[in-house]
Amino acid sequence: MGKDVFVWVEQFRGEVAPASWEAIGVARRLSQKLGGQVCACLFGHGVEGLAQEAIAYGADKVFLADDPTLADFRLEPYAALLTRLAQEQKPEVILLGATFRGRDLGPAVAVDLETGCVADCTALEFEDGKLVATRPIYAGKLLSTCTVPERRPAIFTTRTRAFPKPDPDPSRTGEVVRVEPVLKEEEIPCKVTDFRTTEGGVSLADAAIIVSGGRGVGGPEGFGPIRELASVLNAAVGASRAAVDAGWIPYEHQVGQTGKTVSPDLYIACGISGAIQHQAGMRTSKVIVAINKDPEAPIFQLAHYGIVGDLFKVVPALTAVLKERLGS
Amino acid sequence: MHIVVCTKQTPDSAAKLTVDEAGNVSWGDSPIIINPWDEYAVEEALLIKERFGGAPKVTVISMGPEAALEALKHAIAMGCDEAIRIWDDSFHGSDTLATSYVLAKAIEKMGDVDLVLFGKSAIDSQTGQVAIELARRLGFAPLTYVIKIAELDPEGRSITVERLLEQGRQVVKAPLPAVVGTVKGINEPRYPSFMGIRKATRAEYPVWKAADIGAEPDRAGAAGSGVRWERIFPPPAREGAAEIIAAETVDEAARILVEKLLAEKVI
Ligand SMILES: Cc1cc2nc3c(=O)[nH]c(=O)nc-3n(C[C@H](O)[C@H](O)[C@H](O)COP(=O)(O)OP(=O)(O)OC[C@H]3O[C@@H](n4cnc5c(N)ncnc54)[C@H](O)[C@@H]3O)c2cc1C
Ligand SMILES: Nc1ncnc2c1ncn2[C@@H]1O[C@H](COP(=O)(O)O)[C@@H](O)[C@H]1O
Repeated sequence: MGKDVFVWVEQFRGEVAPASWEAIGVARRLSQKLGGQVCACLFGHGVEGLAQEAIAYGADKVFLADDPTLADFRLEPYAALLTRLAQEQKPEVILLGATFRGRDLGPAVAVDLETGCVADCTALEFEDGKLVATRPIYAGKLLSTCTVPERRPAIFTTRTRAFPKPDPDPSRTGEVVRVEPVLKEEEIPCKVTDFRTTEGGVSLADAAIIVSGGRGVGGPEGFGPIRELASVLNAAVGASRAAVDAGWIPYEHQVGQTGKTVSPDLYIACGISGAIQHQAGMRTSKVIVAINKDPEAPIFQLAHYGIVGDLFKVVPALTAVLKERLGS
Repeated sequence: MHIVVCTKQTPDSAAKLTVDEAGNVSWGDSPIIINPWDEYAVEEALLIKERFGGAPKVTVISMGPEAALEALKHAIAMGCDEAIRIWDDSFHGSDTLATSYVLAKAIEKMGDVDLVLFGKSAIDSQTGQVAIELARRLGFAPLTYVIKIAELDPEGRSITVERLLEQGRQVVKAPLPAVVGTVKGINEPRYPSFMGIRKATRAEYPVWKAADIGAEPDRAGAAGSGVRWERIFPPPAREGAAEIIAAETVDEAARILVEKLLAEKVI
């Protein structure tokens, strides 16, 4: 019998976190070597419809738990159930997207099973039969490799956008296995009393393109041209800490060591000097563009393309050209 | 009320790091500091202490070698009441699984803890797992990514927090004892006062060893760890600096850039 790979499929109000599909892609690759099945673990309420989607993305089997106690992500019922499934099925590997919830659930299950959980991996490869994870440390100034040498299952959380999202194949078939929650409502101490979603816009972590503004935008209204550029690109808006600390934009937008870590296809830094702590949050972006009036700004050492100039001239010009070229 | 803050020491975030063949990281003459994220945890503990008229006791703990004193001293200088360092040679090589085991044993020994506060992650190892693992071990309410403690009721034994998740703020009500993982934005950490710094130099920093907390040797250190660190190395160097797009006019530069981005297939 082969060795299975579990993937926790995270959903919020019926929408699956892209990191989960990316993890299924990783699981498919690993299972070629391990010879077992890719098992999606899908928990929620009213989420049956997502099981087929998980199969299309590459799951062979879906453990589906659909219950009101699982409607909101809460650690206790989710960890109890994932732990129970792992104890019964004995997978070789458990993968979770390194989202906020994934980074809670992975280590919690690791404690239950007394095994190792490697956080926030950006690569996962077999080397001499061992599964080796690569992860950035010291704010991305260094890389490290980690293994879970003895204990099983080995648990890994995978950084959003570090791995390709597989193309779904609606014709794939798989098995859906219904499972029951482990905890009853009265056994769950934490109660979710409210959820206040952040209004609109593209979420930073999932965005394929991010346009960020720094101290160079000069004030809250300086984010106007940044937002316009973001809007033609369907991009999320990011910011440096200097802009956040000045109160020009909420903390939710901060990129960097004390903000979010992002890895979009395209990162456009406008009026950002490129301090090491800012780089920590965006250096793994595929293509980095810097717009800055100071040719000596450190961001130009990291960027792939740069325009030296006043962002208030360059950014609107870019927006105009893009509108024309992308026809929006 | 007894509040415990967990902290560790790290090299300064601006330090220039070098790494040798064996994977040992060094940071030249840069100082060792309190993990910057943990300052939010310390500050939150002090704010709670103040809100309850100074009655709650705030203990700061760190599992680590002598260098961990830097973190403990800073926390005492900010205003914590007591500090305990937890260390034993057998703790070397601990991953988060083993670290959370040791910290859980220490908190069990204290016996009367209502709230355990954490930073978001350590800026060196960047794992961010110890808080949730400790909560799981002790059966404390697991409240991570907390941007606001909305309500704390020691008599009613409950706490309500706002957690900052990808899609917004989740409001959670939970019983005490609880683990609270803080994030930036929850408060503005204070600077240690002159008096505080004096207090920190005179304070006692007792060390609890494995036997003091009843830690089993095969559950701490490398033996108690699930994860092994194999190699540490600098990231591959980027091939040179940016291609600067120079053109007669801004519009021209914008046009060239857009063509390049289309060719890169990122837009
Ligand atoms: C522990 C710690 C954690 C930190 N965490 C973070 C973090 O998470 N994220 C983060 O971003 N920072 C972080 N910082 C702060 C970081 O060190 C920098 O101070 C910050 O990133 C600077 O922001 P900035 O680039 O916007 O501002 P500045 O460094 O002031 O740069 C502004 C840039 O804008 C340019 N400019 C000005 N006007 C224009 C114009 N009209 N057109 C074009 N360019 C213009 C200037 O040439 C300059 O290069 C942290 C610092 C510490 C100590
Ligand atoms: N050795 C330690 N001793 C005490 N607290 C720790 C230790 N390691 C980590 N922590 C706490 O756990 C948080 C997360 O750390 P980490 O999971 O290592 O990224 C830190 O911000 C500290 O609050």
